[in-house]
Amino acid sequence: MSAVMIIRKPTRKWEKLPGKNTFCCDGRVMMARQKGVFYLTLFLIVGTCSLFFAFECPYLAVHLSPAIPVFAVLLFIFVMAMLLRTSFSDPGVLPRALPEEANFIEMEIEAANGNVLAGQRPPPRIKNVQINNQIVKLKYCYTCKIFRPPRASHCSICDNCVDRFDHHCPWVGNCVGKRNYRYFYLFTLSLSLLTIYIFAFNIVHVVLRSVDSGFVNTLKETPGTVLEVLVCFFTIWSVVGLTGFHTYLISLNQTTNEDIKGSWSGKNRVQNPYSHKNIIKNCCEVLCSPTFPSVLDRRGVMLEDSSSPTHSDASAASTHKSSNPVSQTTKSSAPLIPNEHTPDEAKPGIGAGTQKSTSSPKGEKPPSPTSPNAVAPAVIKESTH
Amino acid sequence: MATEFHNLQELRHSASLATKVFIQRDYSDGTICKFLTKFPAELDSRIERSLFEETVKTLNCYYAEAEKIGSQSYLEGCLACATAYIIFLCMETRYEKILKKISMYIQEQNEKIYAPRGLLLTDPIERGMRVIEISIFEDSGSTSSSSTGSSPSSATAQ
Repeated sequence: MSAVMIIRKPTRKWEKLPGKNTFCCDGRVMMARQKGVFYLTLFLIVGTCSLFFAFECPYLAVHLSPAIPVFAVLLFIFVMAMLLRTSFSDPGVLPRALPEEANFIEMEIEAANGNVLAGQRPPPRIKNVQINNQIVKLKYCYTCKIFRPPRASHCSICDNCVDRFDHHCPWVGNCVGKRNYRYFYLFTLSLSLLTIYIFAFNIVHVVLRSVDSGFVNTLKETPGTVLEVLVCFFTIWSVVGLTGFHTYLISLNQTTNEDIKGSWSGKNRVQNPYSHKNIIKNCCEVLCSPTFPSVLDRRGVMLEDSSSPTHSDASAASTHKSSNPVSQTTKSSAPLIPNEHTPDEAKPGIGAGTQKSTSSPKGEKPPSPTSPNAVAPAVIKESTH
Repeated sequence: MATEFHNLQELRHSASLATKVFIQRDYSDGTICKFLTKFPAELDSRIERSLFEETVKTLNCYYAEAEKIGSQSYLEGCLACATAYIIFLCMETRYEKILKKISMYIQEQNEKIYAPRGLLLTDPIERGMRVIEISIFEDSGSTSSSSTGSSPSSATAQ
């Protein structure tokens, strides 16, 4: 008679994280729930490049230079690396407040508001801080039960507060925030270069080949060329435009979210307090600042001896770490006191169905229905408060 | 490490948690990580103001150093970009190294200063870098002298 030892797989923290993200590879990969458009992006990039390598590269390597396909391969690898890095990494999600912290903040708010007479609505939950001689309002997030840090915003698609929230990009299947903005920018930049490169060498290839065999024969020999030219033509307009738009934002140290809301538009002498008023400095801060680590400990092991499931949001991964007093946390997104100031999605019963789809006005042409690889206007879905 | 863990558990069992104080972020210098040095009233009878301020100021210095945009961060950024950020799979970033130092510092502070006074500092990374949580224990008559801080090794980065 032998005892059968059941080895239980340890529960990792990502399994208990609230929010609407999906996790893969045991917590190493973090994405939004809807991934369909991301697969389309992958398919278009890989498909177009495969056609290029299959049809154009052999001819160009022989007739022009072997450096052409080599550079294309390097560029392709870079684009894929940036895309996967943007899609799979934590954008800078702020973990929700544990009950004690939430209660502490509630008490502070009540103390600040004083006595509210019955029937009178309590004032909105806003904290004012002064940054660089400018008053910035910090809003309270009813879902995450925290006062959002400056530049953070709540993404209703992923149901998370994200630090330095830029936008939720369906093409990469993830939010773009503090931690992955530079990867997103490098992705759009390198994709622009790749698209222009492929488009240019397609034209060169067709011209060179037509000189020998004639135009119609060329198209018959390399049918992939037509498809590539179509895809690249429509992609160039949108991706290059998007890159230009983000270059503009970086030079001003603004996020897409702030640009669309017009936070620093100059009305009422409101200026961007985060800008260094110097383009080089702004670019350096956005692109060259140290990489901020993730505060979501996705791969940490949840302690089995806790009496109730721990919702531990941020901690370092270690099995010998001592746990702070664990308590039952609820995933409720309902505020403690629903009132008119409560956004619809925080009221019980109303899902995050309120979606606001806006398009970035600057530097982007509306995508045509046949533009496959076009990076559509960033869909900004945000809480209504 | 394991024995220290058990000692802390004993501390928690013998001393009951009275309340928690949360030191909030100081956003006056922008979005960099910095905590308010304002001394909370609940700690008035438990610890000297100067010790507390010293702890918070040192933590602020560590975070400022981690987020400093200087030649080292440029170099790291350029090198990483040149390798399509694949190098981050093998290399630890500067920020992570400093987070480890912070973790050690908090542990040391807990052992030397806070635990004997029945207090416990929590590493801010465990609270999303939003607050420094200080747990106040009621019965500080526990004899476990080797209680460790709850701060573990540095956060995983992606």
